[in-house]
Amino acid sequence: MLKSRRNEILTAAVLVAPFVAIYGWLFIYPTLQMVQLSLTDAPLIGAGNWIGSENYAQLLSDKIFHTAVWNTSYFVIMTVIPGTAVALAIALMVSRLRGWAQSIILAAFFLPYVLPVTVVYVIWDWMLNVQYGVLQHLITPIMGQPVNVWRRLPWLLPMTALITVWWTNGLSILLFLAGLRNIPQEIYEAAQLDGATRWQVFRRITWPLIWPVTVLCLTIQLILQMKIFDQVYLFSMGGRTQATMVLVQYIFDQAFVHNKGGYAATIAVALFVIVIAFSVLQFQALRARSAQ
Amino acid sequence: MTATTADLSRIAVRSSRFGDIGAILLTILTIICAVVWFFPLYWALVTSFKYENDVLSKSFSLLPEHPTLTAYIYMLTHSRLLTWYLNSTIVAVSTTVLVVLMAACCGYAISQLRFPGRKLLWWLILASFMVPVPALIVNHFIIIAGVQLLNTYPGVVLPQMIAPVTIIIYKQFFDSVPRDFREAAVMDGASEFQLLFRIFLPMNWGVTTALAIVTFIGAWNTFLWPFLATKTEDMMTVTVGIVAVQDAFGVYYAKLLAGAVLAGLPVATAYLIFQRRVTQAITLSAGIKG
Repeated sequence: MLKSRRNEILTAAVLVAPFVAIYGWLFIYPTLQMVQLSLTDAPLIGAGNWIGSENYAQLLSDKIFHTAVWNTSYFVIMTVIPGTAVALAIALMVSRLRGWAQSIILAAFFLPYVLPVTVVYVIWDWMLNVQYGVLQHLITPIMGQPVNVWRRLPWLLPMTALITVWWTNGLSILLFLAGLRNIPQEIYEAAQLDGATRWQVFRRITWPLIWPVTVLCLTIQLILQMKIFDQVYLFSMGGRTQATMVLVQYIFDQAFVHNKGGYAATIAVALFVIVIAFSVLQFQALRARSAQ
Repeated sequence: MTATTADLSRIAVRSSRFGDIGAILLTILTIICAVVWFFPLYWALVTSFKYENDVLSKSFSLLPEHPTLTAYIYMLTHSRLLTWYLNSTIVAVSTTVLVVLMAACCGYAISQLRFPGRKLLWWLILASFMVPVPALIVNHFIIIAGVQLLNTYPGVVLPQMIAPVTIIIYKQFFDSVPRDFREAAVMDGASEFQLLFRIFLPMNWGVTTALAIVTFIGAWNTFLWPFLATKTEDMMTVTVGIVAVQDAFGVYYAKLLAGAVLAGLPVATAYLIFQRRVTQAITLSAGIKG
């Protein structure tokens, strides 16, 4: 019995070893190293001097950091709640359909989600091209002239947010559809017998029963959009990137453009703390809900 | 009694007649929305089949007047697209195989075996959900540069192997395998490895396929890390390549879009073929029973 117990532990060690090795080397170690690096003035590659909390003091009064925090929040506000609302509306429309019709319509809404960000970038860069972009046919009548969206600061982030909703909404749509499917059909039949209108059915049955999924979608999107980088980086390429800087982009900018590893790590720690704070809140909210 | 039945049927008739018009309008609205949503993809496809001259015409037509494969042929013969394709395939396939294998082993150990540190490991995996991986790019770069793996396949793959969700899903599925299977196999003298590869994994092939497909799509699509870790054109993945050399094409949108269509084709096809599996994997990852 003792031998088989030792065997079990040995087998377990072999099975978890690859994961533990990778996880320790590329997850726990870099996290600790990031904190240590943030206390130095090191370049990207190479050693630096210990400067204590100097980077953090600088961060607090750094104008570009403030801009990055503001832009990231602005982006989150423009994507999370509007995106989730649109996803719910689409899911409600798609859930009415059956069979192959549902598959085709769902595919039209979901397909953008599986595409690489650079493909999304090339497509929308073309759609909005100032001279030949097809969407300028819509913009010109409203604005009086074609707009170079990627070079006009007030346009860049809202347009990127719109494209992001178009691109990533498939995820929320799928989750809402799964949630809608879990609502028992009998409730709807009973409501129909009572002569409830479409709006009453939504307001009194669907909305309260789908609420947990709504919270899930909102929190997933919140955490996801706080880490925004790819789209904003691509669309602002070659422009005045400082004004539309978001947090991850600032990490990238300091480390790989300005060769300031220590300061980049400091921004990374800030992002880390912000995201974890929100994740803990989310976790508490979910636990409170499941305890009900 | 008859009165009630009559009332009921009248309500049913009224609501269904009212419902018919509303239902038709809703269906039309659904189709319009789907068409609008899909339009950018359609427009990209159409443009990629045009001559560059036609692309820059001011007139708007839903179909290419002179359909051509020129842009595709140019991209396949005059750019590194095929090399990037090969790189993407190598990176995405190795990431998928390694992630799934590692997660299955680890999930099995946590689900079925008792060993010291099991609880701690499980909590670490759950907690790592919260960590924003983009915050680690600087240190990943330093670590991978330190072992001389920048601009190599292992260097691109390694940091993408952190996928705690996969382990969590495997553990949940292995937990739900009835205890009898395990006990019967142990009585027959099966080892833990045989149990995992002959019983637990084959019983959960569906999950494995679903997880493999979404891991593949994710790895094919990753931008930030391959963008940082590859330095020369011949090591880029297709996701990075199509924008890294954009300047070389100038405003040749037909070529750019042909490149984009080719870059998105494998993942779009994977989704269209395995629609049900992708849905399953995504709802499982979010913690909803699919």
